[in-house]
Order: sequence, then structure tokens, then C-alpha cells
Amino acid sequence: MLNSQLILNQSIIDDEWTFVALPSENEEIKKQAGKVVLFKLTGESSPSELQINETVIPQNSKIILPLSVYLKNREALKTRLKNNEIALWLATHETLHALITIEKDINIFPLIAIFVERFQDGRIFSLGNLLRTRYQFKNTLRAFGDVLQDQLFYLKRSGFDSYLIKTGKDVHEALKALQSFSDPYQGAVDIKEPVWKRRVRS
Amino acid sequence: MYQYDNIDQTIVNERVAQFRDQTSRYLSGKLTDDEFRPLRLQNGLYIQRHAPMLRIAIPYGLLSSKQLRKLADIADRFDRGYGHFSTRQNLQLNWPKLEETPDILEELSKVEMHAIQTSGNCIRNITTDQFAGVAPDEIIDPRAIAEILRQWSTFHPEFSFLPRKFKIAVSGSKQDRAIVQAHDIGLEFYYDKKQKMAIRVWVGGGLGRTPILGSVIREHLEWEHALTYCEAIIRVYNLHGRRDNIYKARIKILVKALGIEEFKKQVEAEWLHLKNSPNTINENELKRVAKFFTSMPYEKLNDQDDVFDQAIQNNKAFASWVKRSVHPHKQKGYQSVTLSLKPHGLAPGDATSDQMRIVAELADQYSFGELRVSHEQNLILADVKLKDIFNVWEKAKAHQLATPNIGLLTDIICCPGGDFCSLANAKSIPIATSIQEAFDDLDYLHDIGELELNISGCMNACGHHHIGHIGVLGVDKDGSEWYQVTIGGKQGSDASLGTVIGPSFAAEEMPGVIKKLIDVYIKQRNPEESFIDTVRRIGVNPFKEHVYA
Ligand code: HEM
Ligand code: SF4
Repeated sequence: MLNSQLILNQSIIDDEWTFVALPSENEEIKKQAGKVVLFKLTGESSPSELQINETVIPQNSKIILPLSVYLKNREALKTRLKNNEIALWLATHETLHALITIEKDINIFPLIAIFVERFQDGRIFSLGNLLRTRYQFKNTLRAFGDVLQDQLFYLKRSGFDSYLIKTGKDVHEALKALQSFSDPYQGAVDIKEPVWKRRVRS
Repeated sequence: MYQYDNIDQTIVNERVAQFRDQTSRYLSGKLTDDEFRPLRLQNGLYIQRHAPMLRIAIPYGLLSSKQLRKLADIADRFDRGYGHFSTRQNLQLNWPKLEETPDILEELSKVEMHAIQTSGNCIRNITTDQFAGVAPDEIIDPRAIAEILRQWSTFHPEFSFLPRKFKIAVSGSKQDRAIVQAHDIGLEFYYDKKQKMAIRVWVGGGLGRTPILGSVIREHLEWEHALTYCEAIIRVYNLHGRRDNIYKARIKILVKALGIEEFKKQVEAEWLHLKNSPNTINENELKRVAKFFTSMPYEKLNDQDDVFDQAIQNNKAFASWVKRSVHPHKQKGYQSVTLSLKPHGLAPGDATSDQMRIVAELADQYSFGELRVSHEQNLILADVKLKDIFNVWEKAKAHQLATPNIGLLTDIICCPGGDFCSLANAKSIPIATSIQEAFDDLDYLHDIGELELNISGCMNACGHHHIGHIGVLGVDKDGSEWYQVTIGGKQGSDASLGTVIGPSFAAEEMPGVIKKLIDVYIKQRNPEESFIDTVRRIGVNPFKEHVYA
């Protein structure tokens, strides 16, 4: 059996992509009245210039780059992009705005991945939906980070087809969760029509 | 009422299986506490002070007698023989066992019930007017759209992990009874100039720590766009609502931060893309669902009945109960009857399993086998013939369901508070019962007239204290329990939030404080003027001065 945590559609596959992380930064821990801040706010500018500049871009493999690093090195990456070697990732607090204003056609990327730091962060579902419906992204849409079995069904319905299950979690069990419900009520990305338009109800 | 077809039933069955699997993974250590928490909450399961608490959904407050009997059986078999009807028209069990909750859900599924999305950061149970479909001032029966909303929001893939909980209320009457202004979204139905069903959309209301009444985001929305417009609102909220601080995570904070104009601009921009998308409701679906909510097979009756009139004449206790508990009905010869879950001295909103069975029997015998739960935490038989009201009263009275206090001071809305809830700053039930005991004189109660008293054990405001004519809030001062009092709050179309009258009180002072507030009212009131109207006319000061004198 494969030693992989990656699901594409209904199967466990090996990952052919190399993930490029941002160099870590001393995270300031912000405190506000009440709770410790755990989530970055949507649209908050991140990562920093320094992080972007210090990111090392591997030269000879298929790589998933942070959106900010890609935007900064766009010209230099043109040929590799043509060779299908460049994919993107963004975090849930980033907006799609920066991407779609610069790339009119996002289908030049064979893969876009969304990083979810904590599974309760539901922005990932809206991002998936927007990429698929508004921006017509047709290629692989991957969720990674705190990706757990019990959110897979929602991810699938929001347009994701690839899931990198969190290390330590049982990927085979997780596969089953893609079938949790046989006939969902509302229209979404995977099944567009709500149930009342799909089936004649008694 | 709505009846499941095999699609609905399959979804609920699959949910039971899913939750059984999640629970067993949790118990075997495959899911951490943090991972399991949102999953159990989305099935209404809290971990409380003494035991877990399970919140069962009663969609828009409508129940059949069969369902109520099942709830009674569940309360007996899995709990301690009683349940608590909540201000959100749900039922809470205070003593279930975690391991047994999948079995409880399975039992519920047999009567088309569940606990789906009764808690958690998702779209919660849709609430509405307890007199929907029977109130004379109703313009549109909102229940069909409420059911369509229920289905649409169930496992909504995009909106199951919002920044915070999300509550939607619908209303279709002249006088709002669903508190649309205190919900994340309030949908108010009316007929527009073309006699087409339309919706006034409220957004950003909510009580809790930061009480805010909602703003109108759209005066006129054609009904078929109800779902897609909600999707636009919730998407803006999902993407931009704060996730860094749970106290600032509700949509009301986002609306306030952006201002309603900017928020509306963003929602409308989003809606341009969503308008007419597949979730647009069509005539067929509305018809299919609406046919479950057509009028009951009423008999042709007069709006006067000799048996009823004589009973009123001959029986003072009955007459005074009728005055409070019987409400007008759109159908001649029928009335709605509220059964009080507020007998003096017991926890407001609690019903024993025996009482549930009695109410089920009453519903079968006198009200087409259906009943409603009100957000004031009482039970309603919506369609009772005038001539049957006396029989209903006698039977209800024999089971402590006929305290003649509906809408009066002792019809207290109260959260579970420190006796059950681990978030509480103070107990709330003993405050309610001590006030009820202090005002046990029924003549005096009736003389005081309409008065809503709401109690919450902490600023989360489960008891809606901000909109009580008198509101009581439990606060913690150096580890001991104190109570802050507000007056001037109100639910309804002219909703308002109460004003704090001053420093807080100890528990034993509370009945006295309420007495003083009432004294001022009695002295100052004009003929026929209710407490809230007096407060609105003369302001808070006279009350304050007397209470702190
Ligand atoms: C005993 C367990 C309970 C817990 C742990 C609990 C917890 C909470 C919390 C944390 C909030 C505030 C959420 C916010 O403002 O964002 C809240 C609000 C609310 N709860 Fe509860 N609650 C409990 C029981 C109840 C009961 C029994 C009722 C009904 C009687 C109820 C009705 C409500 C309502 C209506 C609100 C909304 C207030 C608003 O408009 O913001 N809750 N609850
Ligand atoms: S208001 Fe506070 S004490 Fe009362 S139930 Fe809600 S969270 Fe608990």
C-alpha cells in the first residue's frame, strides 16, 4: 500500500508535487480582550516582504509556490509555468483578488492548493466555491493543512477534488467520509442543482 | 405539518450513522477533544456542569403529538424524566450520556426529528412565530419558506464552519412575534404593490455580550431569491467576519464595523453572481412544501359558544385563565391556547415526561394532533374549538399546565443558568422561582398586567434579558453572584434594548427590587397603560430613584 496521505478524487495517490513553504517568521502573538488571537484576519497582508524574498524556489521539480512568491517571480517562472511545473497555494486569510487581477486565466495552473491552519476555518469552503464557480478553475483543487475526515464531504461539495489528510490521521478511513450523504439538499459546486430540481419529490 | 419523504429520511438516517461513527472514534481516542467538539456541537451536544446536554431541534417550533410522545419516552429512557423547552423553540435534555446520544438520535429519526445544527458555528434551527398559520394578523404563513430554509441550511457545505453561530428567524405577521430584529438574519414577509410575496431582510441583530438590533439590508426581495440572498450575506460574513476573537465574531460586529451601507454594497455585489443560480426557489417547490401547511380541516362554527360563555360566567378561575391563555384565531369558532410551563416555583420552561404525554393527548383530542413551542418557553395548542376550551383547561390544570400567567410577570423567560450551565456567572432559576413566589397573588398579577421578565445567567443572554421589559443578568463580582437589572427592553416590531438601572443586587434582594419597580409603575401608570409603555413615557429615572432610595 502507498505510504501517502494524499487523496485525489476517490483514490490515494503519491504526491508528485513539492511543497514550498515560506520561511518562518517570529510570530507575534497578539492578545485582545478575551481570547488569544489564533486566526489571521481575511485580507491581512501576509507574508512579509522578507519572507517572500527569502523563499528558496527549487529548480527542477514540480512545485507548489506561495501565491505571494509566485506573483513576485512571475516573469522568471514563465517557462516553467508553460511546462506545467508551477502550482500555487494560498492561505485562507488571503483573498483571491490579487491572483485574479493579475492572471486573467487561472487555468494556466495545473493545481491550486488552499492551506487551512485550523479545520474550523470555514473560509476554505467559500474560497473553493469561488475558484470553481466565479473564476471557473478547472484543474486540481487541493486542501492541505488541518484537513480531517469530518470536513471532507463539505470540501468535496465546495469544489475540492484533492485532500492532503493531516499526518497521523487514517487516510483510508477518511476516504469513506466522501460518501457521508447520498443525496444532499442544496445545490453546491459538485452537484449544482438542489434536490428539488434533481428529483421529483413526493 | 411537513412530512419527510425518503430523501429527508435518508439524510437524517445517514446523519445518525455519521455521528455514531464520530462518537466511537472519539471514545476510542482517534479524535481529539478539539476535533470532536465542533462535531458534537453540530449535533446539539454540549458538555455541561454535571453531564452533557443535548439540544433537540424543533424546526420553527412545530411538533406533532407523536413526536412529543417520543420526546417523553426519550426523557424517561435516557434522561431524568423531564426536558427544558428553550427560547429558541428547541428541547434540551440535561442528563443524557455521551455514549448514548447516537441511540437518542436514532430514536428521534424514527419520528422525523434530529439535533442537527442546534449548536455550533453554523446555521441554526430556523425560528418563527408560534401562531404561524392561525394568527388573525398574519399576512403570509412563513412556515413553508422556513422548511425550505431548514433543508437548504442542513449541512450547507459552504457555511458549516462560520466564524460564529448563525440564527435566522422568519415572520409573516403584522405584529412581529419572531424577534426578527434580534437575529443574524430576519426575514419579514409581506405582499408588495404587485401582490407578490416579498421579503424585508434584516441583518446583524443579536443579543449576547454586544446587544444590537438588526438593520434592514433590503426592503424588497422577491421570495424566490430568499436562499441566494442569504448565501450572499453569509458568504461575505464567512470570508470577512472575525475569527480571531470569539466575542467579536458574530455578523453584527462585522455589520457594525463596516457600516450597513458598505456591508450592503458587498452583499449586493456578491448577490449579482448568485442571483438566479440553481438554489433559486421555484414555484413547484414552494407549492410542494406549502401544501403541508394548508389550513386544518376546520368545522364551520359560530364565533360564539354557549358552553364557553357559561363557563366564563360561572367560573372565575377559568375566566382569568382564559384572559391570559387564549388567543384569537383566524377561523371562526376556534382559538389558540397557551399551556403555561411556568408554574410558580419550578424551573421555567421545564416539562416532565408525564406532562409531555398529557399535552400530546390534548393535542390529539382537541387540536389536530399538533402543537407549537413558543420562544417564551410555553406550549401552544393552535386550533382549539371554543366549546372545547373548558375541557382543555380542566385537564391542563390537573397537570400544572394552566397557571393563568401567560404574558404576566411570572411567565418568566429564563436560561438554565448556574444550576446547569458551565458558562454561567450566576444562577438564574432560583431568581425566577423566588420572584414567582413573591408574586403568587393572582389578582395582583393580573392587575399588574402585561409584563415580560427575562433572566440570563451571564452576558450570553440565552434568556434574552436585553429585550425583557424587566431584564435580569447574572454577573460575577469577586467570585460571588450578583444581578444587574435593566428596564425598557421590548420584543416585537418596535423592539428596544433595556437600560441598566444601576449597581447590581444580591440574589435575596431581587424579589424586593422587582416589587419596587412595580410600585413605581402602579403609582405612575395611566389607565390601561402597560409597564413597558409607562417606562417609555416617564423614562428610567423614577424607577431608579425608588429602587435605590
Ligand atoms: C446550558 C447550556 C447553554 C450554553 C452553554 C449556551 C451558550 C450560549 C452562548 C455561549 C451564547 C452566546 C453566543 C454569542 O453571543 O455569540 C448563547 C446565546 C443564546 N442562547 Fe444559549 N446556551 C445554553 C442554553 C440555552 C438555553 C437553555 C436557551 C433557551 C432557553 C438558550 C438560548 C440562547 C439564545 C436565544 C441565545 C442568543 C442570544 C443572542 O441573540 O445573541 N441557550 N448561548
Ligand atoms: S445565558 Fe449564560 S448562563 Fe444562561 S444558559 Fe446562556 S450561557 Fe448559560
